[in-house]
Amino acid sequence: MAEAARARPIPTPETQHFWDGTKAGELRLQRCDACDHVYFPPRPFCPACASRKVSVFPASGKATLYSYVINHRPAAPGFTPPYAIAVVTLEEGPRMMTNIVDCPQTPEALVLDMPLKVTFEKLDDAITLPLFAPAKA
Amino acid sequence: MRRNQVAVVGAAETTKLGVIPDMSQIQLHADAALNAIADAGLKLSDIDGIATAVETPQQIAHYLGITPTWADGTSVGGCSFMLHVRHAAAAIEAGLCKTVLITHAESGKSMIGKPPRSIPAYSLQGQFEAPFGVYGPPSMFPIPVLRFMKTYGITHEQIASVAVAQREWAAKNPRAMMKDPITVADVLNSRMIAYPFRLLQCCLVTDGGGALILTSADRAKDFPQKPVYILGTGESVETPMVSQMETFNSSRAFKVAGPLAFKEAGITHKDVDHLMIYDAFAHLPLYGLGDLGFMPYEETGKFIADGNTRPGGKLPLNTNGGGLSYMHSGMYGMYALQESVRQMRGIAPAQVKDAKISVCHGVGGMFAASGTIIFTNEK
Repeated sequence: MAEAARARPIPTPETQHFWDGTKAGELRLQRCDACDHVYFPPRPFCPACASRKVSVFPASGKATLYSYVINHRPAAPGFTPPYAIAVVTLEEGPRMMTNIVDCPQTPEALVLDMPLKVTFEKLDDAITLPLFAPAKA
Repeated sequence: MRRNQVAVVGAAETTKLGVIPDMSQIQLHADAALNAIADAGLKLSDIDGIATAVETPQQIAHYLGITPTWADGTSVGGCSFMLHVRHAAAAIEAGLCKTVLITHAESGKSMIGKPPRSIPAYSLQGQFEAPFGVYGPPSMFPIPVLRFMKTYGITHEQIASVAVAQREWAAKNPRAMMKDPITVADVLNSRMIAYPFRLLQCCLVTDGGGALILTSADRAKDFPQKPVYILGTGESVETPMVSQMETFNSSRAFKVAGPLAFKEAGITHKDVDHLMIYDAFAHLPLYGLGDLGFMPYEETGKFIADGNTRPGGKLPLNTNGGGLSYMHSGMYGMYALQESVRQMRGIAPAQVKDAKISVCHGVGGMFAASGTIIFTNEK
């Protein structure tokens, strides 16, 4: 992938901890101190019970493949088609969009519910993206 | 909202549909609006309520020369116009205005005077979806479908049959963009866009517009067209991020909007003579049939593949040809509403005989929003 032109996130005060986490090799989630709800994407209150008492914690990085497309055209800047755009279910419950690496981008190789493990890809000094690879048995 | 208190008394699409390089987007709004006003036998000065999406109500009111006492700029994607109908009906009932004009237009193909769509890099979508290569609806809208297929045992052939059935309807519509018959094999051999979806499972990209005029039912009988009454309405929104839907096995927005409209209308599924389910991509009718409660999700694929929604089938669906074959400017909901109104007036090119109740279900964004309108021609 020609990473130079990939869309780059701009962190906000509410999401900075997440991007600090990926830079440090951690996939950070949030848990509500009041009701234990684990959620994503980041925000400084619980979307289940509205409590502002929430904690940031490192996720296990384990996930399973929930669904995906293999995009052929049009391709996003920085991507060489065909490439899979996936949604994974994290072990802790939340889902996130990502790409699946170290794996052929084919329906045969991308099997729903396959176990995955997070890996990190540095874009620049500010942003490191969480990607997922097939978990080793 | 009470049933049948408000009616559609004017409805029209732009004079041309398809490729219209000689008109900017705002002029497409005006072309549709002027056609609808003529259809209703009104003057511009009769309009005291205005609703539109993407363009603002002030842009359209100014361009047309309208002075409204009520304005709605709800802009939630392709089903915005279903929400406008719902809001307008409530406003007319509440006495906020008497005669509402709802306009849609999009220079989706020619891109003349069309504001750019972009995802800000600081938004949650910009941070947590855009970096992973999403690029336009074909790369996003189909993301849930592999999960839906696995959960319910739906086959590629069954989803391909959605496009085949709708092409049969389109063949009966002179204004449809794509009219040549296609087979399931044609669909499954067409160019890959975003696996599992191929070209013929993705909507068209066209230019066009449409407009509706609503007023109270007691005034409606004095208009030149057969009134089409608003029997029931529903709406909801879920999330702008397809990855953050509660589940890929259904749409929460659909499951709120659809049943709300049925409850308000006081009808059952057996009462439905005609159905429109916004089909930006071929999986949407399956979600719609399940989420609106027509049948268990497991049966949706077989129901369509067996021909139940094609001409002559027991549940006529997307009878203009849909976004897959009729037209799709980008926000198709207005054209679904136009077809429901034509069916209720009894003037559709592929008219469903004796149809009395039409359900028109829309989607906005990638399952982000939904609106359902149930029409009837009997008061």
